[in-house]
Amino acid sequence: MASYLLNTKAQEAEMLKAIGIEKKDLFNSIPTKLKLKRSLDLPKGLSEMEVLAKLTSLANQNKVYSIILRGAGSEHHFIPSVVKQLSSREEFVSAYTPYQAEFSQGILQSIFEYQTDICELTGMDGSNASVYDGASAAAESIQMVLERNRKEILIADSVSPEVIETIMTYTTCSDATIKVLKTKGGILQEDVLKKNLNENTAALMIANPNYFGCLEKVDELSRLTHEAGAKLIVYSNPLTLAVLKSPRACGADIAVGEAQAFGLSMAFGGPYLGYMATTNELIRRLPGRIVGQTVDTEGKRSFVLTLQAREQHIRREKATSSLCSNQALCALTASVYVAAMGPVGLKEVAEHGLRRAHYFQKELEKIGFKLKNDTPFFNEFVTTSPLAAKAVERHLAQYNILSGLDIASHEILWCVTETTTKSQLDEVLGYLREVAR
Amino acid sequence: MSKLIFERSVKNRRGITLPEFDCPEVILDHEYARSSSPRLAQVAEVDVVRHYMELSRYAFGVDNGFYPLGSCTMKYNPKLNETTAALEGFNSIHPTQDPSTVKGAMSLLSNLSTSLCEITGMDGFTLQPSAGAHGEFTGLLLIHAYHSDRKDLKRTKVIVPDSAHGTNPASANMAGYTIINVPSNELGGVDVEALKGVLSDEVAALMLTNPNTLGLFDPNIEEIAALVHKAGGLLYYDGANLNAIMGEVRPGDMGFDVVHLNLHKTFSTPHGGGGPGSGPVGVKKHLMPYLPKGTIIDEHFVENEKTIGRVRSYYGNFLVNVRAYTYILSLGSNGLKEASEMAVLNANYMMSQLKEAFTVAYPGPCMHEFVLSLQDLKDKTGISAKDICKGLLDYKVHPPTMYFPLIVHEALMIEPTETESKETMDEFIKILLELKDKAYSDPDYLKNAPYTTPIKRVDDVLAARHPILKAEM
Repeated sequence: MASYLLNTKAQEAEMLKAIGIEKKDLFNSIPTKLKLKRSLDLPKGLSEMEVLAKLTSLANQNKVYSIILRGAGSEHHFIPSVVKQLSSREEFVSAYTPYQAEFSQGILQSIFEYQTDICELTGMDGSNASVYDGASAAAESIQMVLERNRKEILIADSVSPEVIETIMTYTTCSDATIKVLKTKGGILQEDVLKKNLNENTAALMIANPNYFGCLEKVDELSRLTHEAGAKLIVYSNPLTLAVLKSPRACGADIAVGEAQAFGLSMAFGGPYLGYMATTNELIRRLPGRIVGQTVDTEGKRSFVLTLQAREQHIRREKATSSLCSNQALCALTASVYVAAMGPVGLKEVAEHGLRRAHYFQKELEKIGFKLKNDTPFFNEFVTTSPLAAKAVERHLAQYNILSGLDIASHEILWCVTETTTKSQLDEVLGYLREVAR
Repeated sequence: MSKLIFERSVKNRRGITLPEFDCPEVILDHEYARSSSPRLAQVAEVDVVRHYMELSRYAFGVDNGFYPLGSCTMKYNPKLNETTAALEGFNSIHPTQDPSTVKGAMSLLSNLSTSLCEITGMDGFTLQPSAGAHGEFTGLLLIHAYHSDRKDLKRTKVIVPDSAHGTNPASANMAGYTIINVPSNELGGVDVEALKGVLSDEVAALMLTNPNTLGLFDPNIEEIAALVHKAGGLLYYDGANLNAIMGEVRPGDMGFDVVHLNLHKTFSTPHGGGGPGSGPVGVKKHLMPYLPKGTIIDEHFVENEKTIGRVRSYYGNFLVNVRAYTYILSLGSNGLKEASEMAVLNANYMMSQLKEAFTVAYPGPCMHEFVLSLQDLKDKTGISAKDICKGLLDYKVHPPTMYFPLIVHEALMIEPTETESKETMDEFIKILLELKDKAYSDPDYLKNAPYTTPIKRVDDVLAARHPILKAEM
């Protein structure tokens, strides 16, 4: 059995003597009737060697594909060595939330820099220190836009289903009502939005690029939304923002999204990194931890958790959210990734995906996988499939390739990133030709 | 202090390089494209390394030293957990892969759930919630779904003791409930008479931490549970303090219907400077039909018609759950019990050594933590709990939790955890006693502490009044 205890029997005895009790009396405050009168029905503890063998065997029961053409909210990206090395520094890994500012400047500064990165990419004035994932970030943003006389949230159905479902759950007990708007041709059409905007609309939420990979006409949607007196929430993969116009420049009031692409592995869905950023107008409604710059008693630049009057430990039931632990280490990882890549590197990563996705789409078209939406897209896109999407998945799996996601029986959502080269795409196309005719 | 990464930036300097483009260029219409580059740092790899190495020197984790931060269970994070969480077979799997291709992950999550059921005495767990507060919110939505399903729609209130974590009332509010605060009795437990006074057919649940935030086990828990259940309400267990009772007593046997755990506390997954954590929620049978979408039980995705829906994407912070499972396998039934025993022994030992010099807020044997009140010291010397904490920083130990729970004046909440030695605790006790002497002999010295940290005390009022939330460019 592994044990991480330090005190010897002799020390234990000394301590018990100092307290003046016997070991069997340590739990005397628990009524005898309630006590568990048997051992926990769990296996006996194991040594490190045995545990590692067991976990390795479990890990080996999972199939790791060599080519991954699936995204839909979790993308396979290259993670530079420097990112893993630095983000596994134990000073960062084993620290608590930075309550004692003088002792935690390193953590606080890393969050401040992360907030700056997010603001630069989204064009916003302020960001929080992170949320659990993109879906919960989107859900948390709903509370920020509700007004006394505006309770309806419009969401385009081109937002990821996982995100929409999370929002539905979060708002079960709130006074917000959610209306999902049908898209056409992969994006939300202006006339659909116009018909649904009214004096009760609190906000419109869209994703850009959206779940189908398409680029929404954000400028136009923003104009209509604001004319109706409502707010605009834009959900994005921040990697694409190295190339795309920022949500703020398109008129968004709140930018949220999933930043897993910044140095976090797919890891069966988590830990990921939800980001939330907004304008000065809404900053005091932003939930979660926020780091601010200030000075110490000698006037030196310092960082500290700030605007805490919004938070649960101060406001209790009146807080903007119950958020406490967030994803700080993931935010640090993302910042290291962004710094290591730099603006040019980020743009190149995004552009590799953009170029290769378009190449792949054109070649797929030739073998009967027709582009479903005639709308500009980024690195994801939907095609029809000449055979059942599941059959495509099974066929490619033989060659150790993870196919795009089957979003309908004969529709596939493909995702291409910098991790798949043109020659690998050609290889995939070769395999598809075997079955597509 | 350190330069910001943006202040290390030099125009056109590059870090990581990428392969050359191998596919034709795609020109995006100006309607979609960014007109100017984001002003991110332009640095070389070595700049990044030196920058973060410097930041790491200004951070303090459990690996750096003693961290008796009450309520946070800052126990040692075994390195084996990091090794298992880094295995490729866990990192490189896509969350939408066909279940037949991720059998290892499904089996791990199922086994972890089963283990947590046994440890807590519950019938089913969801591993989707990503932190304690997320678990609370999930648990309250489950409670709401249960009452709604029974058409018991009058229940709009949740009772929370005044000693509770702030997340409890905040989560209940997010779930649409009105909060009723109940006071603590003179022993620090729930005031049963006051509870009787607020129970009614409008109460959906009582949220409780047991042992509570004062480090005390509430001996009236059975009576409390009976009262709440008799009134038709449910009992919610905040598992922040589970580290005190593993293998001794189980929330399920105390009468709780819903439990959330903090795997980043009790099950030794690292806190990461504020996450990622994991806040699984366990329930008794009658609440299982409402578990979130994305819950895995017996190696299958649960399909509940009455589900509350999902509370985030996919299945939770998977790699955190891998670490917790590693820990449970390592310690096993005997090790978990020994961990709790040592946590309680350590806390009682520290309390016994400090109770003469300071006031223990609620005397009597404690569980895994205890709370000192420094009100008397403050009255006599002007030195506050905060001053003492700042003084501790100069000794390179992390201070206890201060000013919590709110019902104790000048509170210092101390939780040594089981992974500390008598020597470490003796050293800390010695320091606290020295600081107390200093409060009498040279209070000004303490009012200006710390002296050896990279910065002095910060102006948090300025930070809140004139928020600067990103670097000036």
